[in-house]
Amino acid sequence: MSFYGLVDGTEASLKKYLGSLSGVDQVGADARAAMLATRSIKTTSKRWAIDTAITMVDLTTLEGADTPGKVKALCTKAVRPDPTDASVPSVGAVCVYNDMVGIARTHLDLIGGHHVGVAAVSTAFPSGRASMAVKIQDTKDAVEAGASEIDMVIDRGAFLSGRYIEVFDEIVKIRDICGTKAHLKVIFETGELVTYDNVRKASFLAMAAGADFIKTSTGKVAPAATAPVVLVMLEAVRDFYAMTQVRIGVKPAGGIRNTKDAIKQLVLVNETAGPEWLKPSLFRIGASALLNDLLMQRMKMDDGYYASPQYVTID
Amino acid sequence: MSNRIDVKKTYKLFINGAFPRTESGRTYEVKNAKGIFIANPCLASRKDLKDAVVAARAAQHGWNKATAYNKGQILYRLAEMLEGRRAQFVDEIVTVTGVTKAKAEKEVTDSVDRLVWYAGWSDKISSLSGALNPVAGPYYNFTIPESMGVIAAIAPEVPSLLGLIDSLAPIIVGGNTVIVLASTKAPLSAMSFAEVIATSDVPAGVINILTGKKDEITPWMASHMDIDGLDISGLGAKKHAEIKFAGAENIKRIYSFKNADPGRILAFMENKTVWHPIGL
Repeated sequence: MSFYGLVDGTEASLKKYLGSLSGVDQVGADARAAMLATRSIKTTSKRWAIDTAITMVDLTTLEGADTPGKVKALCTKAVRPDPTDASVPSVGAVCVYNDMVGIARTHLDLIGGHHVGVAAVSTAFPSGRASMAVKIQDTKDAVEAGASEIDMVIDRGAFLSGRYIEVFDEIVKIRDICGTKAHLKVIFETGELVTYDNVRKASFLAMAAGADFIKTSTGKVAPAATAPVVLVMLEAVRDFYAMTQVRIGVKPAGGIRNTKDAIKQLVLVNETAGPEWLKPSLFRIGASALLNDLLMQRMKMDDGYYASPQYVTID
Repeated sequence: MSNRIDVKKTYKLFINGAFPRTESGRTYEVKNAKGIFIANPCLASRKDLKDAVVAARAAQHGWNKATAYNKGQILYRLAEMLEGRRAQFVDEIVTVTGVTKAKAEKEVTDSVDRLVWYAGWSDKISSLSGALNPVAGPYYNFTIPESMGVIAAIAPEVPSLLGLIDSLAPIIVGGNTVIVLASTKAPLSAMSFAEVIATSDVPAGVINILTGKKDEITPWMASHMDIDGLDISGLGAKKHAEIKFAGAENIKRIYSFKNADPGRILAFMENKTVWHPIGL
């Protein structure tokens, strides 16, 4: 593997590469994210933003109480979010636990949702605390069951202890299993990484190791996808593109519950990474409640009055 | 230093247990009967209404689940708090409307009594209106009134305090949450009453109070899909047909009332019928 020529796979080269990264101006990142959050997006722009956000949603259910029935219902909603309005686009993917992948893929194909991906959370999600053999088997299972996207978690314990090479090797191994069948999204759990410097470091580490997407959080830890963290990650993919001419995707997940939050994310993308990233192949939003709010805002724009949650499906 | 600078109160809205300014930044002038400026309350916007509905919807489940006894106690607590601040309310009513002190005192007394009266209905309304229905089968068949959901209300111009109590108390006693638009000309006692609510164990979002123009806000209330009912007692009769027409689109229950009576509570409740098998 070439790792874009940035590292040669040895610990020494990885340390040198990560050590060469500049630090993040924390106050500056907070201020810039807050400033961008004040942009006002209205009328036709808002309409475009809502539809674009819908195509970027990774409709997620990651509960211990998930059932095949619930996953099938979610898949139906993913293909046609608003049963009364065919002009609403399908979402990007459904995101489920490993054992639900086959059920989701079969049901999606059955109802004509070939274009909707199935993302499986992997490598002992959400904690990442399992042996490498288990993590590998976990991922193999999901890929064989038809997952087109693998959302893996990194070993935060190793990362925070400075054992970067372990994290790197793990990502490389999982990337290998995904092969050409599945995209790899690497979850950092930024709520546990403490500093923006660590977020930047983790981003470059994952990108060099072969991630197709970098993802903020599991959704199980707060804070999750805060605006400054997403900003730092978007700056990382932008800088990585400048270095390698390869565009890596970003997926914020957790805490994005309403249309306003989603539009703020789109503004961040446009102003940081650039408009090339404003498509589902390079930007996804991991969410469950968000889709209903997007649909309600869409109804509001069509009908002229505020919608009620009673008119959208309960997940 | 005998001349102290006046400490004037900023009258804000009451949404989700907090006192935000209107998101629009608009205000209007309130003058007393003699035309002298008194205060600049908020001129609530459509987004303020939307925020209030979101808060009311979120609070409704929990408030509906509270026991009738608990709801009654909280309403009684409102009466206690109002009683303790009687002088302030008398003063505000006299200042704004120009009525005599005796008349203002009667209004506050009536308001306290009215709250106690509604508090009492909390654990009685379902026995009064519910029924055990005769059915031809081995079943108990009950009908009980249940809350409707989120209700909006337009309080009458006068009496500004008693009218506000009559607008919100019957709605919440049935387990609904409420967004009430206070008297436009005399909103001060309504916003001071919000301070009473804030110190009375009423969960955040159960009562939300807006100030502003009736003609502007009522149509938004009527067309909002997530408001289940609307009390237009405080709206001029000429506007009733138009508002009922707007509300018909989303099957909203729209009523207006003249007096305080238990029917006011039941208007915003729906009957639920339950079949229960009899053990043989």
